[in-house]
Amino acid sequence: MTQQNQIQKNAAKTKTYYIISFVLVSIVAIAFAFPLYWIITGAFKTGAEINATTPVWVPSEWVMDNFNRLMSKRTAPLFELTLGKFVIAGPVVPAAIRWLVNTVFMSVSSMLLTCLTAAMAGYVLAKKNFWGRGIVFSLIVCAMALPKQVILIPLLREMSGLHLYDTMWAVIFPIVGWPFGVFLLKQFAEGIPTEMVEACRIDGASEWRTFTDVMFPMIKPGVGACAIFTFINSWNDYFMQLIMLTSNKNLTISLGIATMQAENSTDFGLLMAGSALAAVPIIIVFLIFQKYFTKGITMGAVKG
Amino acid sequence: MTNQKVTYNKKTRKLMIHETVTSYLFLLPFLLFFVGFVIYPMFMCLFTSFFDATMGREDIFIGFQNYVTLFNDPIFWKALWNTLIIVVVSVPLTCIFSLWVASVISKMHVAATSAFRCIFYLPVVTGSVAVTMVWKWMFNNYYGIFNYIGTNTGLLEKNINWLGDERFALACIILILLTTSVGQPIVLYVSALDNVDKSLVEAAEVDGATQMQAFWKIKWPQMMPTTLYILVITTINSFQCFALIQLLTSGGPNNSTMTIMYYIYYNAFKLYKYGYGNAMGVILAIIIAVLSAVQFKLGQEK
Repeated sequence: MTQQNQIQKNAAKTKTYYIISFVLVSIVAIAFAFPLYWIITGAFKTGAEINATTPVWVPSEWVMDNFNRLMSKRTAPLFELTLGKFVIAGPVVPAAIRWLVNTVFMSVSSMLLTCLTAAMAGYVLAKKNFWGRGIVFSLIVCAMALPKQVILIPLLREMSGLHLYDTMWAVIFPIVGWPFGVFLLKQFAEGIPTEMVEACRIDGASEWRTFTDVMFPMIKPGVGACAIFTFINSWNDYFMQLIMLTSNKNLTISLGIATMQAENSTDFGLLMAGSALAAVPIIIVFLIFQKYFTKGITMGAVKG
Repeated sequence: MTNQKVTYNKKTRKLMIHETVTSYLFLLPFLLFFVGFVIYPMFMCLFTSFFDATMGREDIFIGFQNYVTLFNDPIFWKALWNTLIIVVVSVPLTCIFSLWVASVISKMHVAATSAFRCIFYLPVVTGSVAVTMVWKWMFNNYYGIFNYIGTNTGLLEKNINWLGDERFALACIILILLTTSVGQPIVLYVSALDNVDKSLVEAAEVDGATQMQAFWKIKWPQMMPTTLYILVITTINSFQCFALIQLLTSGGPNNSTMTIMYYIYYNAFKLYKYGYGNAMGVILAIIIAVLSAVQFKLGQEK
């Protein structure tokens, strides 16, 4: 009987504990979402409401002034294609649009290149037995544990030497070389039964066919995770962009906003409009592919 | 592993060569980028740290001079001290906070769990520049909501210039860093809590263990590898905190928010002292490597 009481008491205690912690977590969650809310509402507030000493929690009217100011500050051609001597330049547009184009180009290229190279490398590291496998894999693990930023100074000089400085490729190539994707896809490929690969070989498929027709479809969820991970990380990889990109037409959206901040440091309406432009697209991408993303984080963490 | 060894022994040498060649063909595209833009720069970082290197002229070999200057540089020590404060404060807080959030939200309905997980991940996805901009506004001396809330609730007597005050700047940086770093640990802890052996927990509950006991005695030990991983990545992240400092305080006021990462940037990209910056990078890498190794050792002993 006393034991029964004890159990009931425990259950009651647990229940109050959960109600309290649920309320607390909800409050903290609101605090976490608040900066984003503040960016988006701030982008549409009037100057007077932005600079009000009493915060305006909900804008009384939604205006586009901040975006108009953002668009009129700087201009750049929409795109430029260089074919030998000829340069084809697109129509002149507000620089922020060009920055968005640059950012999308950079993120998509890094994503595609990373997924392709990482899928191939991850497959052989998981399924093949070859000389030097251990060395390659330890190099990958070591590189991942080191701070990425210490390589930035030598990278800058290397890119200058290769005449890639101040081009998108200077940002893309180091992202593709970063071994996280390989690590992730190796984990995925290890989960595929080796018999599948062997059966394929016995049936006479070439190495390449085995990879494209059997392995690749089976590690697709992993490739998806790798893709979304690389996309979001390269979109937000501010330090690398800051060092590699300088001219107005080559900036990314985050870098562009940061540059504008240096010139208009207290025009918060303008800065919020820019921040919204940088953050909203990537948040939408994140929300759509969240499932893959979560999977990527958890798979990448499994000890290796 | 033993299985692989048996097949390895059976394989003819020729087959092994064939496997090696095809494997490297598959690895080639990745290795090109990896060696070219990760391994080579890492090696060059160490190499250049022994040179007096700057823009527009040949590097001059000066041995350990950069390191000697570094150890006599008071700003370097200040930066190291600040970095350590950030790490020592933010790493345990991040771990405890994310464990708490994860333990609460993992009990909820699947949809609610994933909604909360999303919200806590939002600051990471928003990107460091946008996040920094909005916090800069919120911390602003005149228009910021912190001063408004503080003065109106009577917590503050007058407006505080949060980011311009030596006493508060570093704490503000740590607060923002916290909001941008708990996302990943929460995701990891939620999945670790899901993977805990349910039968053990149930057995303990039948035996009359409280939820608390079940948590600390059964779930916690099983989540040790996750905790270890979180410790390592959070440590590395805190060491690398850069955008916040560059955009909010530039290391000031009076070097009170100067960190190693920002000081490297300042030396290399503002003063063009490449060799000096690289020497600092080497020291930073060594510190992180030692800390990670210690964390792993401690984790494995447990």
